Amino acid sequence: MGIFEFLKGAARQVATGGKTYKAWMALLLAMIGVGLLGYAKQYRIGLIATNMRDQVTWAFYVGNFTFLVGVAAAAVLLVVPAYVYHWKPMKEVVVLGELLAISALTMCLTFILVDMGRPDRLLHIVPGIGSPNWPSSLLSWDALVLNAYLVVNLSVAVHILYKAYRGEGYAKWFVVPVVLLSVPMAVGIHTVTAFLYNGMAARPFWNASILAPRFLASAFCSGPAVMIVLFQILRRTTGLEIKDEAIWKVAELMAYAMFFNLFFLGAELFKEYYSRTEHLLYTEYLWSGIGDKRALVPYAWFALVASVIAFLLFLIPATRKNWVTLNVGAVLIFAGVYIEKGMGLVIPGMTPDTLGEIYEYRPTPNEWMVAVGVFGLGGLVFTALVKIAVPIMQGTFRAQGAAAPEGGVAMGVRG
Amino acid sequence: MSASPRLPVIQDAPAEPGAPFSRRGFLKTAASGAALAALAACKPAAVVEELERRNFKELKKDELAAILVRLEKRYSEEYGKGVTVTATGPMAGVNFGYGLDLSRCIGCRRCVYACVKENNQSRKHPQIQWIRVLQMEKEHGVDLTHATPYYDPELVPEPGHFYMPVQCQQCRHPPCTKVCPVKATWKEPDGIVVIDYDWCIGCRCCTAACPYGARKFNWAEPELPAAEMNPVTHYLGNRPRPKGVVEKCTFCIQRSRVGRYPACVEICPVGARKFGNLLDPNSEIRQVMERKRVFVFKEELATEPQFYYFYAT
Repeated sequence: MGIFEFLKGAARQVATGGKTYKAWMALLLAMIGVGLLGYAKQYRIGLIATNMRDQVTWAFYVGNFTFLVGVAAAAVLLVVPAYVYHWKPMKEVVVLGELLAISALTMCLTFILVDMGRPDRLLHIVPGIGSPNWPSSLLSWDALVLNAYLVVNLSVAVHILYKAYRGEGYAKWFVVPVVLLSVPMAVGIHTVTAFLYNGMAARPFWNASILAPRFLASAFCSGPAVMIVLFQILRRTTGLEIKDEAIWKVAELMAYAMFFNLFFLGAELFKEYYSRTEHLLYTEYLWSGIGDKRALVPYAWFALVASVIAFLLFLIPATRKNWVTLNVGAVLIFAGVYIEKGMGLVIPGMTPDTLGEIYEYRPTPNEWMVAVGVFGLGGLVFTALVKIAVPIMQGTFRAQGAAAPEGGVAMGVRG
Repeated sequence: MSASPRLPVIQDAPAEPGAPFSRRGFLKTAASGAALAALAACKPAAVVEELERRNFKELKKDELAAILVRLEKRYSEEYGKGVTVTATGPMAGVNFGYGLDLSRCIGCRRCVYACVKENNQSRKHPQIQWIRVLQMEKEHGVDLTHATPYYDPELVPEPGHFYMPVQCQQCRHPPCTKVCPVKATWKEPDGIVVIDYDWCIGCRCCTAACPYGARKFNWAEPELPAAEMNPVTHYLGNRPRPKGVVEKCTFCIQRSRVGRYPACVEICPVGARKFGNLLDPNSEIRQVMERKRVFVFKEELATEPQFYYFYAT
């Protein structure tokens, strides 16, 4: 059977590799082990293993979830130019973008799972089995769109890779409409996630209509930052041909996205500080602290400075095309958005709480352990997928008797 | 404080409510309950219950009856006393309203502890309380930036301060039920917002959406000493809760639906708490609304609470 052979071959690809690869995989497995240890404790004693309390009921896990939805959504940034405009240098990187989306979604769903008080009742949200609260609950919508987006990305990536493995071109009638569908879906998953916060009038920090646009703008920064670094690693380690122009183009698009992100932030800060209503309190907690409660302040400013520097580095062609400054920019942008879209979004939304109490949240070591495990899982999924995909794209991992690869990285684009 | 004709205070009457789902009514279905119990004996009980459970509102009468029998058995064994679990439905023509007189409240927190006792909240690690009394400064009025729940003087009230107890406001437009992804919480026809503890997935969307901090999450397995357990329980109210689900004030559904006052109303030493049927023009709450000027907390959010604050003097 062809599929069986493919799976066997894929498993062999994942299991073999050089010293660095094996060390990397061992690290990821160790991370997962740490996570399982942390989660076992949390499962036993309950979410009291975290520092979340009734004042701050969502925190580190939900913050990571939100950030990673952005990473997943950003796959669209690579899909649009490549598929819609048949833009040559982008084509080979699209599959990698989709694989990143798959791993990011795996982490998103895992972070939601570990945040649930009753993970054993997960099926209550599944249509038919449970009772999803449509249309009014945004979380029930989020569960739907995230899973649908996962299926879309999985089916396109698997189809293209499997066809290439068999030395055939992918089916245009299937890939093109599904990829076109994935574009609004990517916007959709992030918009729905933004609305999850946005719709809560009880939390003025989230109840601002700029939230969804800001989510999208920052997502288009964080996801591609991962891709830029990854492309360079793959070029060096696998000989996969990724053109400089493709990387520079992604960086340029990120600069525009970051401009919008900073502009939206400015619009929000103006409104809050100029009108100075009672709603200013939450923004103040993030940027200057309230009294001696200032846990987030250094992080907020670090994120802002990092984002501004990265914006300038990516905007100026000379620094964009310099590998050192480009990579510094990618790391800064990732760190900046991670803070802004993670804890910088969730915590001020709930501090002070609805009755004015300030509970300063900091994650427990156990929360860190669980989060490390989830990132390890995402890393493992991504590494395994890339390890299978790259030799297919290079033509070294083929079905027996499949047509010889045409011109290296062509990935069977005859259609 | 005179009791309204509709809601007499019954001093700790043993509950034998003649409501649709009383324990007596379930004897017919005891056989099915026994069958379930037998089934539960061979497999982990929780797994069996979980698989056969459906959303509370989709349960047929006999299914609910069987569940209540099973719960009574389980709780009775666990707490070593005869525990009743009813699911008394709303009374026709009743919509509950609550009044709180801010000029009378002295901040003694007797209501907080009466509520904990009546409603079987976790006593410690962590302590769960459905009522939060905020101490406010007279000079600022109702202003949350100058409020604290952590006051601890020898004597209350303290000069220059007044007190504002906050609990579930039983909103007419509850933001909490809207966001629940699995319909585990909803508003009943008599105005009470309830939670099915066996359907809640613990996502805490509702705690994030509630503007009044009324919803409390069981961060750990609740600690409820058997000796202190109140055995008269309601399925949607004060029955023991598991770890990992949300709970909140239900106007003491196990009491109010059989014509009794909520525990907090009964205990209040200064008569600051009023309760009754909004549809009955002679009820205490309607009398308050007629004679005093009431307001609702955070009216700008348009949640339209059925919990009114007023200043009687």
